[in-house]
Amino acid sequence: MNELLDVSQLKKYFPNNNGFRAGSPIKALDGVTFSMKREETLSIVGESGCGKSTLGRTILRLSEPTSGNVWLDGFPVGGASPRDLRRLRQRMQVVFQDPASSLNPHMRIRGTLAEPITNFKLEKGRSAIDDRVAELLKMVGLPPETMRRYPHEFSGGQRQRIAIARALASNPDLLICDEAVSALDVSVKAQIVNLLNDLKEQLGLANMFISHDLAIVEHMTDRVAVMYLGIIVEIGDRDSVFLQPAHPYTRALLSSVPTIDASKRRERIVLKGEVPSPANIPKGCRFRTRCPLAFGLCAEEEPKLREIGDTGHFAACHLSEESATASA
Amino acid sequence: MLSYVIRRALLTIPVVAIVAAIVFAMLYFTPGDPALVIAGDQATPAQIERIRVALHLDQPPYVRFFAWIGQFLQGDLGVSVFTGQPVTYMIAQRLEPTLSLVVLAVLISVGVGVPAGVIAAWRQGGTFDKVFVTASTFSFSVPVFITAYGLAYIFATTLGWLPVQGFSPIEDGVGEFISRLIMPAIAISMIYATLIANVTRSSMLDVLGQDYIRTAITKGVPRSQVLFRHALKNAAIPVITVVGNGIGVLIGGTVIIETIFAIPGIGRLTVDAIMHRDYPVIQGVVLLSSIAYVLLNLIVDLTYVVFDPRVRY
Repeated sequence: MNELLDVSQLKKYFPNNNGFRAGSPIKALDGVTFSMKREETLSIVGESGCGKSTLGRTILRLSEPTSGNVWLDGFPVGGASPRDLRRLRQRMQVVFQDPASSLNPHMRIRGTLAEPITNFKLEKGRSAIDDRVAELLKMVGLPPETMRRYPHEFSGGQRQRIAIARALASNPDLLICDEAVSALDVSVKAQIVNLLNDLKEQLGLANMFISHDLAIVEHMTDRVAVMYLGIIVEIGDRDSVFLQPAHPYTRALLSSVPTIDASKRRERIVLKGEVPSPANIPKGCRFRTRCPLAFGLCAEEEPKLREIGDTGHFAACHLSEESATASA
Repeated sequence: MLSYVIRRALLTIPVVAIVAAIVFAMLYFTPGDPALVIAGDQATPAQIERIRVALHLDQPPYVRFFAWIGQFLQGDLGVSVFTGQPVTYMIAQRLEPTLSLVVLAVLISVGVGVPAGVIAAWRQGGTFDKVFVTASTFSFSVPVFITAYGLAYIFATTLGWLPVQGFSPIEDGVGEFISRLIMPAIAISMIYATLIANVTRSSMLDVLGQDYIRTAITKGVPRSQVLFRHALKNAAIPVITVVGNGIGVLIGGTVIIETIFAIPGIGRLTVDAIMHRDYPVIQGVVLLSSIAYVLLNLIVDLTYVVFDPRVRY
């Protein structure tokens, strides 16, 4: 059986014109390859500006990739005709960060939720659609009467529930959550994360969870991919990445997560310098300018993602094997 | 909702009263004695005095102000000192040409401005958008009277397609009506339509960047519906505001346009009245147009309800 999602060498460059002359393009995605199984949660983590959100949008073809392709259940998304693209998008839906801007303020909740149902011809007739909308609202823990209200009548957490219901309306196989809980209060955040976990179990959803919040990621994910400057630098099962991080960037990220448990406290690694501009990516290893372990080879050769042992755990570092054994 | 309408309507009263006081004071402080102007060069001091008494110019200003307001409330704006006709009658006679001009100008401006703004925003950075931005800077910087004379030179004098001047009421045939009014309407629309188009474009750009537009695309909403149902409705509020306020500016613009194209409307009436120091007419026109403007703003506020469910009165 195919993987649910295959992403191959996906690149997205944004033109960098300052009005007078063309600068070198901004490489938001610089060759991203990974795949996802059905019913799996894969978290994409990294600093802001590393290309996480661009990755989500480019997979959905909300922005056209510069090169590379995406396959959903074996069907290519890039190059799909508008008709096929609609059919593919029915199967992958997105929840955005800001629940205030992801719902059309002019539409009642019913209208927002009914639109995918009618567009994808999933139900016919007023009452059938009403029933489906009520069912969706119940699924995300909201009373069905709320369908007659407008988005501004809800709190942030409720709106995010509605955004999730909207995403579920077309019966997707894959949910892309683009910082879906970052704008919420801690308590609400936990509720939404639990809701996403429950829905995943109930509906057999795969969840691509884009986040910068490692504490939440650790709590809910099956696998983790760490992004830095437009590429994946490390990807693997949650436990291998969190317990035996093989990339120095991952270790630095993990060391920045606050924890109360003293026994879990990791040595704090503070990275020096700023993230280089994605318009001017360093030669060789793109992390070497900030890496505490950088040596001669790093400036000459860009490390490829290599599997560590036979664990499905990959890292793009010349020292990945040594690091993994050292931290194990 | 109804109580809001009533409250808003009541609130317009002090506004109109203040405008009335300013209009009155402006004329009071303008140098020159209307009695002198009306009497002419040959008049004796006794004749001038008689006119002054007849116009109540010998009374203190506050007495004249309240007398004027009292009459106005009874629908009487006084009598023109120049023609001797009632001001309300003179205004009523001049209303049709001006209203026709303004309505046609609004139709043209909204009909051209909104679609142009939507297309420019949708194809931001594309050829249409680039042409649009350049053209709008140009049409924004050319004064009305240049556009007016330019149009008249091309379409009336050179090509002979349209009559140069004048007005023909709609009762006398729609074709003639349009052919006389189209040039002045286009001339007066240029800046207004550009303004509407620019506001539409920037408002649409803002909305098109919102996540609910992205989700609409993933929901499988067809492009035209994304643009008009999801985006334009949300982008409408600033556009309505500028359409409404722009009508006030249009009314001001009619003064120039009606003079250039010899249209017997309110604008011409105003200019003539100012030339003749016909105080009652000036006061009447300014007062009525400010009331029209206040009402227009009220209507704009009420249309927000239609376009934004968050607005509840």
